[in-house]
Amino acid sequence: MKNRLPTRYASGMASTDIAVESAPARAAGTRRDRALGARLKRFAREAWPPLTVLVLLIVLWEVLVNVFSVSAEIVPGPRLVASATWADRANLRPAMVTTTEEAVIGILVATVVAVILAIAVDWSKSVRRSVYPLMVTSQTLPIIVLAPLVVIWFGFGMAPKIGLVALFTFFPICVGTVQGLASSDHDSMALLRTMGASRRQLLTRIRIPSALPQFFTGLKVAVTYAYVSAIFAEYVGGTQGLGVYMQVSKNNFRTELVFGAIIATTLLTLALFLVVAGLERAALPWRRPVRGQDGW
Amino acid sequence: MSAAAPAVTAGARLEVRGLHKTYDSGGELVTALAGVDVVAEPGEFVAVIGPSGSGKSTLFHILAGLEDPDSGEVCFDGEALQRRLGACAFMPQRDGLLPWKRTIDNVTIGLELAGVGRSEAREQARPLIERFGLGGFERAWPWQLSGGMRHRAAFLRTVLLGRRVMLLDEPFGALDGITRADLQQWLLEVWSEVRTTVVLITHDVTEAVFLADRVYVLSPRPGRVAAELAIDLPRPRSLETLETPAFAQHETRLREALRAAVT
Repeated sequence: MKNRLPTRYASGMASTDIAVESAPARAAGTRRDRALGARLKRFAREAWPPLTVLVLLIVLWEVLVNVFSVSAEIVPGPRLVASATWADRANLRPAMVTTTEEAVIGILVATVVAVILAIAVDWSKSVRRSVYPLMVTSQTLPIIVLAPLVVIWFGFGMAPKIGLVALFTFFPICVGTVQGLASSDHDSMALLRTMGASRRQLLTRIRIPSALPQFFTGLKVAVTYAYVSAIFAEYVGGTQGLGVYMQVSKNNFRTELVFGAIIATTLLTLALFLVVAGLERAALPWRRPVRGQDGW
Repeated sequence: MSAAAPAVTAGARLEVRGLHKTYDSGGELVTALAGVDVVAEPGEFVAVIGPSGSGKSTLFHILAGLEDPDSGEVCFDGEALQRRLGACAFMPQRDGLLPWKRTIDNVTIGLELAGVGRSEAREQARPLIERFGLGGFERAWPWQLSGGMRHRAAFLRTVLLGRRVMLLDEPFGALDGITRADLQQWLLEVWSEVRTTVVLITHDVTEAVFLADRVYVLSPRPGRVAAELAIDLPRPRSLETLETPAFAQHETRLREALRAAVT
């Protein structure tokens, strides 16, 4: 069969567009290394300005606290915060672990429920018409006021915290996924239908892959709420965790430890965000890198 | 045929009888097709040409099974098709490659949907990948391919469906002139081996004359077959064919028929 195709043609093609593109596509391995190097370089370049500002702000904070002799009970200086928090790390660490467990499990529960519901909304017109509007309007409910109820229902253990985190983080994930599913390309769907694809195949082959970018956008928004909502749940009724740690520190007039816990929360949220961003990168290898940024 | 041959038996005889289709376009009824009859003999290359509004796309959507006609039928080898979805291999205007699939998985998607195992599907595709000028790009994402390569991948996907009729919907419309001429000639060469029945939609007179055995000219609203021209240029055709007086004559005839259909 191969021989029957005129070689003039095959070679003619090779000399036109293959030659143009073969260099980047064939050298996939080195390309990846180069892309990683470029990414690190870009990160260093982009991280510089905010880090500089951050350091300046910390220095300013220390200077102001000293110049105006602010009481450490009101605003402790950054050096005091750092040293006191470090000294109390034996208490802070388990609090961080507890809150992280609540936040992560809560996010996982929210993700599973949100994705299942989003697919149901996408799949069934009647679910879309009946459940989706209620779901959207339910977001006008101040979830914060539900916290005491959640404690009444689920007690003081882990469950109410997980529940509250899930309530807070569910919505952005679900809405993102619903919109992502709906953004599926009509022509691609039509094409697969002409191949005889079933509805289920359209869902798994087109709609779900199409929804991934917006699902991750929703998830990234959601993870920024995760720690805050877990801490809030601990305020309302908890025996351990960062929320409890902050309250106890406050009651003991250890303001520097409250500050330390706040900074720990920020760092943990950032870490969770980066984990999700990494998952996104791994799940969407097909996305075209932004031109001029990764050296492409 | 050797192992490299695509899994295609001979082309089917496609017959379209008395297709009618009316749309409700914002309260106004638009007749897209008013009794269209088209026949493509087994292994024949038929082009359908017409100005915009002549119902070319509607005709194709009906053939592909995406829409239902108000009346009329589509027959394969004389028998009316009960289920048109999945009967013909359809190649859309845009290449339709899925951005999240690598070339090898994009071209084998029809087999994947039919439940063929991944390794077996790849086995079927592998020998053709080279012939379609995609060698070395099996694992590339669609955005890494040039316009011409994307079209060849889309055409390979269409061929690998292994259907007896191929529907090509202005497949080269979005390409630049040189790539286009290259691909047209290449298409003829591949088709001369596959020999399925082909129906091509185009609005390009030169393309219709160069590729087809027969050309149907559709008139605009309501869409009807206004003329039918046989293109008896010898095959194989090459870029030199474009220079011959016979080619120019056919072009002129088709252009006149098209003009007559519009007015």
